[in-house]
Amino acid sequence: MASLKDMRVRIASTKATQKITKAMQMVAASKLRRAQAAAEAARPFAERMEKMLGNIAASVSDVSSAPKLLAGTGKDQVHLMVVCTAERGLCGAFNSSIVRLAREKINSLTAAGKTVKILCVGRKGADQLRRQYGPQIIEVIELRVKALGFEHAERVSQKIFELYEKGEFDIATLFFSRFRSVIAQIPTALRIIPPVFPEQAKAGDKASEAPISYEYEPDELEILAELLPRNISVQVFRALLENAASEQGARMSAMDNATRNAGEMIRKQTIRYNRTRQAMITKELIEIISGAEAL
Amino acid sequence: MAAFHFELVSPEKLLYSGEVDQVDVPGSEGDFGVLAGHAPLIAMLRPGILTIFADGGNVRVMVGGGFAEANPAGLTVLADMAMPVDDVDPAVIAGRIKDLEEDVADATDGAARDRLQRQLDQLKTVQAALAQ
Repeated sequence: MASLKDMRVRIASTKATQKITKAMQMVAASKLRRAQAAAEAARPFAERMEKMLGNIAASVSDVSSAPKLLAGTGKDQVHLMVVCTAERGLCGAFNSSIVRLAREKINSLTAAGKTVKILCVGRKGADQLRRQYGPQIIEVIELRVKALGFEHAERVSQKIFELYEKGEFDIATLFFSRFRSVIAQIPTALRIIPPVFPEQAKAGDKASEAPISYEYEPDELEILAELLPRNISVQVFRALLENAASEQGARMSAMDNATRNAGEMIRKQTIRYNRTRQAMITKELIEIISGAEAL
Repeated sequence: MAAFHFELVSPEKLLYSGEVDQVDVPGSEGDFGVLAGHAPLIAMLRPGILTIFADGGNVRVMVGGGFAEANPAGLTVLADMAMPVDDVDPAVIAGRIKDLEEDVADATDGAARDRLQRQLDQLKTVQAALAQ
């Protein structure tokens, strides 16, 4: 049995751990507020962009003349998975749930005979995927930054374009975690090349309202050529911001749990410590009394 | 004067949303003014100064390129970068121009130099517009 001293040391170390998890929880809570505000502030832009692009796409009559980014390459043989995860761990199942979603997709595509390539954004996802899909990972982009800016998203999308220009893939899917609330983050797969428009799904009611015929300045293909890459940067940016908020949310609840578990452990250890201490006192008393009786 | 709905959004946030009388937009093919009931239009922007006329006053905002969409619902401007002119520090822009000039001089590959040169030209236009 552990000696009293050992038990005291253990209680002290559990308490120290609890202090750390508590501090991490509070740091995550304050970062979460900032990340959440940033994610929410970025939503209007992404939504308007999507709408504008949808409007233009609907009015492009000749799909074959449209840029490749809009129409796709016409094949679906090579898929690129852009897996966005965190740089750091200790945030519950945040990284693993994104990786799990990506893995399911990769496996089903591989089973269907497609080629899958992986672009990792964030070190943690790369660590988890490397074991299974090492050779398929093209590159790992690490984002060790304090405040996420649009230029970071552009770095990722630049890489995606480069690969697309070289014809390295046909379809790109973005994996990230959508921020619903502190306790709910939803791993999401979003196809970015070629883009999907929510408007197209309900083409029925679109036909009822007269389509607006826009004037373009300069012409529409030139605008599309600018707008499409921009749209992808924006989608990546949005994914990164949602991810950042989700990460902090996940870390906060994970650390809250850890703090509670540590509290529970301290309680149990203290009870055991006190019991053992009392047992020893009782034993010593018995020894003294029986010693005195023997005289 | 008839008012219409105007929204100015940058990737980071929604900068302006409300009823306005007129907006002057720096289009890539030249500046244009938008009034209520403008014909549907999608235009590309160049870096420059966007002016919003509302409630008898006007607000000048520096934008770094982007897109404008006018439709019956109003005008939406998606700017890459947007900042009220009062917040812009000319020294920062001058510094950026100097950095870019050095980058252009150092650039070895042609495509990169073109890109940097374009950025530099745009910044210079903004600087000139601010000096007015």
